[in-house]
Amino acid sequence: MKDVEMKMKERAKQLLESGEVARVVGWKKGDFCYDPSPATFETVEELDNFVYDYFCGANLSKYLIQISKKEGKTAVFLKPCDTYSFNQLVKEHRINRENVYVIAVECMAKFDIEKIKEKGVSQITGVEVKDKDVKVSSLYGETTLYKPEILLTKCETCQKTHQVKDEEIILHERPERDVDRFAEVKKLEAMTEDERFAFWKEQLSKCIRCNACRNVCPACSCVKCVFDNPASGVAAKANDSEFEEKLFHVIRAFHVAGRCTDCGECSRVCPQHIPLHLLNRKFIKDIDGLYGEFQAGEEAEGKTPLTSYTEGDAEPNDVLNGEAK
Amino acid sequence: MIEETLIPKIGVVTDIRRDTPDVKTFRVVGTDGKKLFQHMPGQCAMVSIPGVGECMFSITSSPTNEEYMEFSIKKCGCVTEVIHALEVGAQITVRGPYGKNFPVEEDFKGKDLLFIAGGIGLAPLRSVINYVRHYRQNYGKVVIVYGARSKDDLVDIDEIQNEWVNEPNMEVYLTIDRPQEGWDGHVGFVPAYVKELGLDPNMTAVLCGPPIMIKFTLAGLLELGFDKSRVYTTLELRMKCGVGKCGRCNVGDKFVCKDGPVFRMTELDELPDEY
Amino acid sequence: MLKIAKNKLNDLYAKINETMGLFIPIKKAGEVNYHVWGEGKEVSIETLKTVKSPKNMFFPQTENMMKFKTEGKNLEIIDLRDEKRPFVLFGVRACDYKAIEVLDKVFLADPVDSFYQSRRAATTIVTLACSRPEEGCFCKAFGIDATAPQGDVTTWLDEEYLYWQANTEKGETLTKLVQELLEEGGETEVAAQKEATAVIIDKLPFSNLNLDKFKPENLNELFDSPKWEEMSEACLGCGTCTFVCPTCQCFDIRDFKTNEGVVRYRCWDSCMYSDFTLMAHGNSRTTQMQRFRQRFMHKLVYYPSQNDGLYSCVGCGRCVNKCPQHLNIVKVVKELGGKEND
Repeated sequence: MKDVEMKMKERAKQLLESGEVARVVGWKKGDFCYDPSPATFETVEELDNFVYDYFCGANLSKYLIQISKKEGKTAVFLKPCDTYSFNQLVKEHRINRENVYVIAVECMAKFDIEKIKEKGVSQITGVEVKDKDVKVSSLYGETTLYKPEILLTKCETCQKTHQVKDEEIILHERPERDVDRFAEVKKLEAMTEDERFAFWKEQLSKCIRCNACRNVCPACSCVKCVFDNPASGVAAKANDSEFEEKLFHVIRAFHVAGRCTDCGECSRVCPQHIPLHLLNRKFIKDIDGLYGEFQAGEEAEGKTPLTSYTEGDAEPNDVLNGEAK
Repeated sequence: MIEETLIPKIGVVTDIRRDTPDVKTFRVVGTDGKKLFQHMPGQCAMVSIPGVGECMFSITSSPTNEEYMEFSIKKCGCVTEVIHALEVGAQITVRGPYGKNFPVEEDFKGKDLLFIAGGIGLAPLRSVINYVRHYRQNYGKVVIVYGARSKDDLVDIDEIQNEWVNEPNMEVYLTIDRPQEGWDGHVGFVPAYVKELGLDPNMTAVLCGPPIMIKFTLAGLLELGFDKSRVYTTLELRMKCGVGKCGRCNVGDKFVCKDGPVFRMTELDELPDEY
Repeated sequence: MLKIAKNKLNDLYAKINETMGLFIPIKKAGEVNYHVWGEGKEVSIETLKTVKSPKNMFFPQTENMMKFKTEGKNLEIIDLRDEKRPFVLFGVRACDYKAIEVLDKVFLADPVDSFYQSRRAATTIVTLACSRPEEGCFCKAFGIDATAPQGDVTTWLDEEYLYWQANTEKGETLTKLVQELLEEGGETEVAAQKEATAVIIDKLPFSNLNLDKFKPENLNELFDSPKWEEMSEACLGCGTCTFVCPTCQCFDIRDFKTNEGVVRYRCWDSCMYSDFTLMAHGNSRTTQMQRFRQRFMHKLVYYPSQNDGLYSCVGCGRCVNKCPQHLNIVKVVKELGGKEND
């Protein structure tokens, strides 16, 4: 991964020095080895703090809504999953594509620091990866963890590939994976209605309405969210009842249906670890079942199942009758 | 249970006066017909229509009025829109008084006073002007400069033309932004008018109006030789509690609801520019 | 000093619960937060940081304040405040306890907030000393001793026992209530634990953050720093930091129409939200940079300026762990706090 980071830094430096781009969007170092933040780099000096490692899980696409409006070209490093969000935002005319230079970067899945800490490792100073073994060094010594157990949830089932690139920095082959991203959804579908209701009730009761899921979501790009708009009649900052906390998330899932690329940022940022991505994935699975396989973000233009009408379209009853499964 | 400031009192609207196309003045008393609470000039109250919202308004009537309170309210948002649709007899809620008042009993006493207002900015000044009129012997000369977009936008014009202009040792200068049929008074913006009038810089000045008017009028006053420590204004920011707890109306380390809304210009100079 | 065997703790909770309510860290759907205790609940006092701080015990995320009923033109206000049943808040860490002092200075200042005050008065707080602080903790920078928190009762936990020391009258009353379950002893063990923990705390990476720069006299210099723009650029404008923070106390008051009249409630609000300062005719903070700056200036400068230098941050590190983009108060202190923080 260090070699990838070096290459990225080198390329960023070239682009800035030559004036081909006015800025580069990537990640900057934090206080620890695991807390980088998305950042814009405008000078070569600023690149000293550039970082790309196993903790750069954040999706940078949404930042481009604002940044691509700035003067001059912006170079951005996008992981495979991020390119789907990027395409979707271009399709929705949120990102000004001409102003962005996309550098596709390799990704071998990203780590979840909280999962590492849960394994009892603290004061972590660095990680080294060899196949499925992750050597974690800390002030207390070294521990070897099993990679699949410490991945960000969104990375556990990822099979995504870059959908857009102006150039790429890929130094290593990503091993083929055979995983079913709908496995968890199927488990929920197998539950009885009561069980499923109880599951979501328990999970969503943890919600603190911090709006992190909404604000990070590339599909939630409304200038004024209905839940913030006093004129909507549903503007609220608090969960008034158990019903309302479900309402917020269910409505949000409906709003992003057919547009959600399954980037998984909602679950990554939830401070209470609510598996919000499962709501979206259920929609994705249903759309696949009702309209044929569809992956939002594969294309930056064209029609989508929920925005085009064909005579053979599924009727709402089909969903009610469970034919969507 | 101890008294809770966030729980309001019920007020009854006993009179509604249309001042301008978008400003109405509401007279309010308690359900017992008496004044809801005492206040000092410059202080505010939270007025609400349950189910719609609660907003902070300056109390425009003078504390010397023992019978009722008045609020001059401009229609500009969802709460004020509903307030404007009220009829006499309607019940609303009121809580207060909140904030610091103008130093009428301290710094203003014995001084010549200059009041400069623009548009609805007259509302908080009306309270102090009528207070000064009530205790006329305690104050020196009073000069009032008041401007609005048009003659129809001058708030409380009846009181100004019938009472204020006749008050001894009190000068009233009115101006409107653009010439208008039926207006033979001064035409021009408040800041320019203030400079034209060549006012005595030893007066204590009070400004209230849109931020842009305050900015240019203050610059004009400083040019005339006014001392910032004797220039006052009032601020307005979003408020919810009125008692410095809900956290939104601060400018730097001062809460407008609690430490304001009345500020001396020298105090504002020390605060960050975020209002 | 008194003590109780760790395996008898459930009896202690049950005993308290006979006469008072008990709020304690409980694991639900995988996350540990303060909840009402009940038989069979998965208590987890060992958890260093609950996701939400215990502030919602006194300042709930949502609370109904009053109700309005309209009949014809007549309006009626129904006071929804009620007598609060006594309860015990158990397992509060030193940082979170200090945070209650920070909240007290807001809610108990004149005019007293009776909603907060009634809950506060009804509570007995049992604190729990830390023995395994983690790298995101920095309470020491705020002069807090995590090995010996205050509170009505202070407790220490090791592999075998919970050690118990009453500090106040309320604490003595609670001790009497559970006396039959407690035995004498523990001074040596507690002293040893305190010493060992203090060594760890000294080694924590943020323990020596230097806050000297954050003084009222530097208010404008800090406010005008060009660094805010860069520090805030990744901020999503969500409320995670404010909602997990034990000292954030901003609230909104809203009305909710029901079939039986209008309910006026208050709920947590966040200075990070774009509509926090929105008025019909303007907004004093229109950019996320301004909102981000407000949050940290409030904690490090505005609040101390109004409260004799007390910071409105207790170094619990929840924002360090929970910000989706890893922005936090430590990074702000390091960036603006001068050379001593390099």
